[in-house]
Amino acid sequence: MFRLKSLLTGGVIATLLVTSAFAKRGADGIVKILNWQAPSMMNPYLAGGDKEVIAASLVLEPLAGYDENGVLFPRLAAEIPTVENGGVAEDLKSITWKLKSGLKWSDGSPVTSKDVVFTANYCMDPKVGCAALAGFQGVDKVEALDDLTVKVTFKEPTGVPYTLFVSQWSPIIQANQFADCLSAKAPTCTEANFYPIGTGPFVVTSFKPNDAIQLKANPNYRDANKPAFAEVNVKGGGDALGAARAVLQTGEYDYALNLQLAPDVLSEMEKGDKGKAGFTFGTTVEFLFMNLTDPSPSLPPEERSTAKHPHPILSDVRVRKALSMALDRARLSDIGYGSMGKPTCDFVPAPPIFAAGSTSCLQQDIPGAKRLLDEAGWRQGPDGIRGKDGEKLKLTLVTTTNPVRNQFQAIIKQWWHDIGVEVELRSIDASVFFGSDPSNPETYSNFYADAQMWANYFSGSDPGAYAESYTCGQSHGSNTPRYCDTNYDALVTELGKTADIEKRGEIVKKLNTILMDSYAIMPLVWRAGVSGISNTLGGTASNAWDSELWNAQDWYRNK
Amino acid sequence: MLNYAIRRLLISVPTLCLISLVIFSLLKMAPGDPLSQLPPSLPPEVRANMRAALGIDEPLFVQYLLWLKQFFVIEPLHGFDVLFGTHFTDGMQRIISWQSRGPVFRIIAERLPQTLLVVGLAYIVGLLIALPIGIVSAYKQYSVFDQIGTFLSMLGLAVPSFFSGVLAILIFAVYLDWLPTIYNTNLIVNSWSSFIEQLRQMAMPVMVLAVQTTASISRYLRSSMLDNLNQDYVRTARAKGMGENVVVLIHVLRNSMIPVVTVIALGLPSIFAGAIVTEQIFKVNGIGELLITAIYANDVPMVQTLAFIFAVLIVVFNLIADLFYGLLDPRIRYD
Repeated sequence: MFRLKSLLTGGVIATLLVTSAFAKRGADGIVKILNWQAPSMMNPYLAGGDKEVIAASLVLEPLAGYDENGVLFPRLAAEIPTVENGGVAEDLKSITWKLKSGLKWSDGSPVTSKDVVFTANYCMDPKVGCAALAGFQGVDKVEALDDLTVKVTFKEPTGVPYTLFVSQWSPIIQANQFADCLSAKAPTCTEANFYPIGTGPFVVTSFKPNDAIQLKANPNYRDANKPAFAEVNVKGGGDALGAARAVLQTGEYDYALNLQLAPDVLSEMEKGDKGKAGFTFGTTVEFLFMNLTDPSPSLPPEERSTAKHPHPILSDVRVRKALSMALDRARLSDIGYGSMGKPTCDFVPAPPIFAAGSTSCLQQDIPGAKRLLDEAGWRQGPDGIRGKDGEKLKLTLVTTTNPVRNQFQAIIKQWWHDIGVEVELRSIDASVFFGSDPSNPETYSNFYADAQMWANYFSGSDPGAYAESYTCGQSHGSNTPRYCDTNYDALVTELGKTADIEKRGEIVKKLNTILMDSYAIMPLVWRAGVSGISNTLGGTASNAWDSELWNAQDWYRNK
Repeated sequence: MLNYAIRRLLISVPTLCLISLVIFSLLKMAPGDPLSQLPPSLPPEVRANMRAALGIDEPLFVQYLLWLKQFFVIEPLHGFDVLFGTHFTDGMQRIISWQSRGPVFRIIAERLPQTLLVVGLAYIVGLLIALPIGIVSAYKQYSVFDQIGTFLSMLGLAVPSFFSGVLAILIFAVYLDWLPTIYNTNLIVNSWSSFIEQLRQMAMPVMVLAVQTTASISRYLRSSMLDNLNQDYVRTARAKGMGENVVVLIHVLRNSMIPVVTVIALGLPSIFAGAIVTEQIFKVNGIGELLITAIYANDVPMVQTLAFIFAVLIVVFNLIADLFYGLLDPRIRYD
């Protein structure tokens, strides 16, 4: 009897403990988030960067999002449309989304397919200047079939039709609120851009651009018990070091985003035992890009770095391979990123189904690189620098002004010098290098240099559009090395028409092998995102495929 | 005096026009791009579209004239609308920040309170400490107090706030755990506990900024006092049998304050301009922080507007300092 009683009370206590984690809405008070880069608006469609998009994901939701494993899950949609369940047409030319029934905006009005159609019209309006336009580009039309059903028709068969209305980049906005914000009026809609009405777990109560955002629990959120926090306080300003200190050392804040700091600084701060640094490996890879075309200033500007003139040195694949063989990627990763980086040979390092997991480039081989250059006809000169037909093997390597990248430059210069290549280094301010002005000669997209180093990544968990950016047709834009291979292009076309995930995985791995064997782009380090998480904050799940705050509705206070 | 003031104001109009043109052309010549934070994998045509929506590619002349119209016509009219409930500017484009697409003046108005409170309070605190130090240091020249005061003010002048600020955080926040490191701009003071919270979060930034004001003002006052203490009129006053308090605090101090008041008045615009480094360290997010983030983000309308407002403030306070001079020193006459 006594035993039974203790068992029963034990059971009761256990249930109490479990339910306390899923307590009532708003039971856990305030959660404080530090985003030192400071969001300047809450409308991801007009945003100038990731920081705004992440903040907006607390309020605005897409039809479907990616979970921590990169798997699509329905948010506003009732289920993920696929070919199997009939949501995606057999010819892959249309997708039909069904909304959950009974969904409400935070102002209490119902969410309907009209809002979804409006969102598409808003982003596809050329005067708006929509940042997510790339996802809408293949769309023929978006139409509402009934109050809860939306059909998207594409111009071409589309293997992965989840580019629009999916992930933090493409959430649904309320038609009613943004109705007057179309075309040239988009920038005057300050109220809508600062206080968007959403379906997410929180509602903006006060927005101060680049400073502080206050949010409260959405009274109309679809799960009556969530979110556990009654208020969210997002603060911006300062730098990564100060943000790490506030979470890991003084414990003033619960969560800090984007803490790219030296590994030893972070581990020293973690000793305070107030919080931990969390690493998330997504798709960000630090690359060396080789220019396959001639960047010489003696060419006319419209022909400089174009496929019309192949690069005098780097168009020979043996030279590019030798340059890659001279690198010790593990050393670079260790020096620059510690546990926040891993050496890699893949341009798509994740998710696992797409990652080739190649290790062929990891072994540094200086003698092999020298032999290869000998074979290519580059003979060692008296000064140690190789030459051919009176021309010296001399390259310029450009990157952004950043301590880690500049250190990498110096190390790579040494290795390349060891195999007889003279390297000239240049670094350019990131805001100039990543600029969008076509007339600026210093930008990464103009690529008026022989090699450049920067990090590339793709959003979401599907590399389709990312792989497409290295096709011949893109060589004026995102294909910075001006790489062009008909085999690669044919496989990308095939990928575009393939819906089956296993087959897509195989094709991406093949693409990876073709691209890596070309040595036009050389992956160096697979980089992690770093966040600081307080020990008292529960329920966080790091997510590299969607917003870091994707599951803020499930966060709670550890008791 | 009125004639002089009006003449000076009229002269400053072409000066300010020239300044605005210089600021604008410098910003346009500066490299950098407001869209550089976007993912590099974004297609170039999407970027081009976003540039067009921001109006970056308009001819410079058009952009400058548009800004002039917005600054001198639309914004004052909008202020009139807000004050009197009229609707002259409905549908007119105000100066819009490229980062937030919000009106620049709305953001400045949001940032001004914390800057005025923190930087202004630091200025007052700094002055209140500096004046007695300056007086005593001069009166007891080469005493222990003077030596210590000289040493500390040299230290205050020499140590930059990015060092003293971080040092203060390490001592008072990390080790002692007394003060917060992050300034909460949303704190509403409506009770004793929130008032104390406000004092706690202001303590470190005010302290760091006040040290610098104290250091420079006390040096000015000391040297100005020293000049006056050896004057004939001081000896006369003492010979007349006046007490030391009267001699120092009334005769000498009043005369010594003339140059110091100029320095103080010229320092006032910096209260509105905020403190870039200190605001960043303590996340006060006032005008200084607004300026530096706008520069980083290449938010040209914001930087242009802020820089021009600073220019106006400096011109105005220079004039005020000159007029004050006339009031304080009867020998100076402008007519």
